[in-house]
Amino acid sequence: MWWRKRSKEKAKERLKLVLAYDRAKLSPGLVESLKRDLLEVLRRYFPAQEEVNVALEERGEKMVLIADIPLR
Amino acid sequence: MKAKAIVVTSGKGGVGKTTTTANLGAALAKLGEKVAVVDVDVGLRNLDVVMGLEGRVVFDLIDVLEGRAKPRQALIRDKRVENLYLLPASQTKDKEALDPARFRDLVRYLLEEEGFDRVLIDSPAGIEKGFQTAATPAEGALVVVNPEVSSVRDADRIIGLLEAREIRENFLIINRLRPKMVARGDMLSVEDVVEILGLKPIGIIPEDEQVLISTNQGEPLVLKGTSPAAVAYMDTARRIKGEEVPFRNMEEAQGLLSVIRRLFGGR
Repeated sequence: MWWRKRSKEKAKERLKLVLAYDRAKLSPGLVESLKRDLLEVLRRYFPAQEEVNVALEERGEKMVLIADIPLR
Repeated sequence: MKAKAIVVTSGKGGVGKTTTTANLGAALAKLGEKVAVVDVDVGLRNLDVVMGLEGRVVFDLIDVLEGRAKPRQALIRDKRVENLYLLPASQTKDKEALDPARFRDLVRYLLEEEGFDRVLIDSPAGIEKGFQTAATPAEGALVVVNPEVSSVRDADRIIGLLEAREIRENFLIINRLRPKMVARGDMLSVEDVVEILGLKPIGIIPEDEQVLISTNQGEPLVLKGTSPAAVAYMDTARRIKGEEVPFRNMEEAQGLLSVIRRLFGGR
């Protein structure tokens, strides 16, 4: 219905994400723990580091992990 | 499709592989092709009962592969339509007896020596050995998918595995589409599924009660009716034969409410 978010949009978003991980043969949990480790390393250099974002991106044939490190 | 040996597959079970195999086999035969439908789901034989030929099974696929029966002895001729034959799976014998190389030779023999125009192979669910064997002789594939997250995800796996086997002439059969749910945004549309999977559709089959009714009766839908799914299967068979058949619009206005919704920017 036009007054609520259509459930197929949600299905599509979830599918795109899960298929990106499936195609890259990566588990989402693995990327989560990579994030934690990355943050630990980053803090050695930037003690005030609060977050790091890691996302999977499809670039043509290739799957790429993108780490986004906001510096304050 | 150029492919004469076509595997019907899906990854996920219960999405309509067997119904699709039975109906496309019957539809292609109706259009004049000599067709063999082959059930590879050893231990869980079903194509025979969906087609209503279960009472005539004597020999099966494993009997042929192991030399106990000739292909002609095991092939069951469907009496309702010219040039339609079923090769049933074995219900009791060991799955391991299903040798991929021998199976490929058998399919080749049917096409080259027995004069079949098309062999449709009904693959078991899953991505394991049963599927791999079913795919071995295939030159093309029909990937049956329901517009639903688990089915789409499994279809993606299957498409990857088909490409890895260098089976390239692959199309989607989008099955159990419910146009009303699509119209109100609660079901993935054909366009959504195509965008996500990156494969073209060759068939769009609407949800249709007549499918179950015809299965109950053991008569492929395309042989008896003109219900929406029967028409969609006939269209699909024509496309497989290479005819240009436009997809019918199943998402037409369904009353005043959908018109109003469109005015507000919905579909």
